[in-house]
Amino acid sequence: MSQNNVRYAKTHEWVKVEDGVATIGISEFASDQVGGVVFVDLPEVGKVLKQNEQFGVLESVKAVSELYTPVAGEVVAVNDELYDAPELLNEAPLNHWIIKVKMSNPAEAFSLLDETAYKLFCETEG
Amino acid sequence: MPLKKTVLYDAHVALNARMSAYAGFLMPIEYKGLTFEHHAVRQDVGVFDVSHMGQIRVTGPQSLAFLNYVFTNELSDLTIGKTRYGFLCFPSGGVVDDLIIYVLAKNDYLLVVNAANKDQDLTWLIENKGNYDVKITDFSDHIALLAVQGPNAIHLLTKILNTQFDDMASGSFKIMRYESADVLISRTGYTGEDGFEVYGKPSDIKILWTTLLDRGATPCGLGCRDTLRFEASMPLYGHELSKEITPLEAGLTFAVNFDKDFIGKAALLAQKEAGLTRRIVGLELVERGIPREGYPLFIADKEVGYITTGYLSPTTQKPLAFALVDIAHTTIGTPISVEIRGRRVQAVVRDKKFYEKRNKK
Repeated sequence: MSQNNVRYAKTHEWVKVEDGVATIGISEFASDQVGGVVFVDLPEVGKVLKQNEQFGVLESVKAVSELYTPVAGEVVAVNDELYDAPELLNEAPLNHWIIKVKMSNPAEAFSLLDETAYKLFCETEG
Repeated sequence: MPLKKTVLYDAHVALNARMSAYAGFLMPIEYKGLTFEHHAVRQDVGVFDVSHMGQIRVTGPQSLAFLNYVFTNELSDLTIGKTRYGFLCFPSGGVVDDLIIYVLAKNDYLLVVNAANKDQDLTWLIENKGNYDVKITDFSDHIALLAVQGPNAIHLLTKILNTQFDDMASGSFKIMRYESADVLISRTGYTGEDGFEVYGKPSDIKILWTTLLDRGATPCGLGCRDTLRFEASMPLYGHELSKEITPLEAGLTFAVNFDKDFIGKAALLAQKEAGLTRRIVGLELVERGIPREGYPLFIADKEVGYITTGYLSPTTQKPLAFALVDIAHTTIGTPISVEIRGRRVQAVVRDKKFYEKRNKK
């Protein structure tokens, strides 16, 4: 996946927008923080999400971590592969998307951080 | 109060451990990963720094009588070199702590207690000392403790300590020289595997830690200590036992001896005779989800209990839990739903034997 048009949220999701559809995953930083993912709980296709709404959880053996959508819209696809292989989110978090959202307000993408700004955010706030 | 560090703190940091506050100590939760460490103990050998545990020594001419009065299990028949598990109870029958008592010598006992309860235990013992001629001493700061657990623990320790453990029964111990002083080695543990716990002078235990790792033992954190004890159906104070949850409710009556007098006996006897109103059961989800501590349980719209510990069990890969449930719903096979993030997920009451223990008998 080309990295140059990937944006990040301060809640540690990555977002890639194409034709008004946001593909959402978790960052390397989030993947490290969660540790070994053993379970995912994801929304149904068709669910309408508000910006920054919780849309699912990742669970390690020890803990539950919440997932938030950085953009509003309707869930148009869910990566079913993660139900059987949640560890993909540890092995290569940037290569495995979690949900796709048809954006109701495409301008929301502009408020996200680019890779450099996100890395700086992780170093200072992380 | 600043967090305490064990003698191995620098070693944990050097291994890149994820450190966290636990019972007033800064302890390693995991190194390479909880699941990896869990399997290392089940299949090979892992080593845990559990130096945060408390050690209280009770000595004096009336130590046996005193301990038999505060401890729920019988000690009179316990010989030197043996250990016994039991409880200190409040008069209410609730639990002050669960602990193991080691008989070091005549009138010389070592109590190994939960780190989080150590101060409460000391206060409790001193308050109840009355006229018993005993001396109660906190040794915790002078003792470091490693748990070496797993099917290969015996081979590794045999080589390192150059001694045989084949004849040592589970629950017994011996004292031997290691490096600068004596160490106490017991065939005990909290994982469901064969294994040993080694108590000693902190500087010597540090040498043992390094030697164990050099010989291939996997460093294991408190994260997998909890998943291992859970699968092996062992309780953790604050979860399956507490000031409110009695040993009978926890299903641990084997460590309560009603043939003698002890603090809490009257309440426990009354509870036994009246019948329990609730108890700890095993649960298994039959739908997707992971049961977690604190999640409430329902039958129709009635709340019937809550989960005390739950995991996607690393060994069995099943979503399993211990739960404290109203007695009417504790029969094996009873369907119960677990509320997870506002949704009801179907579970069923099952036995607590999630994993067949492999301790040496």
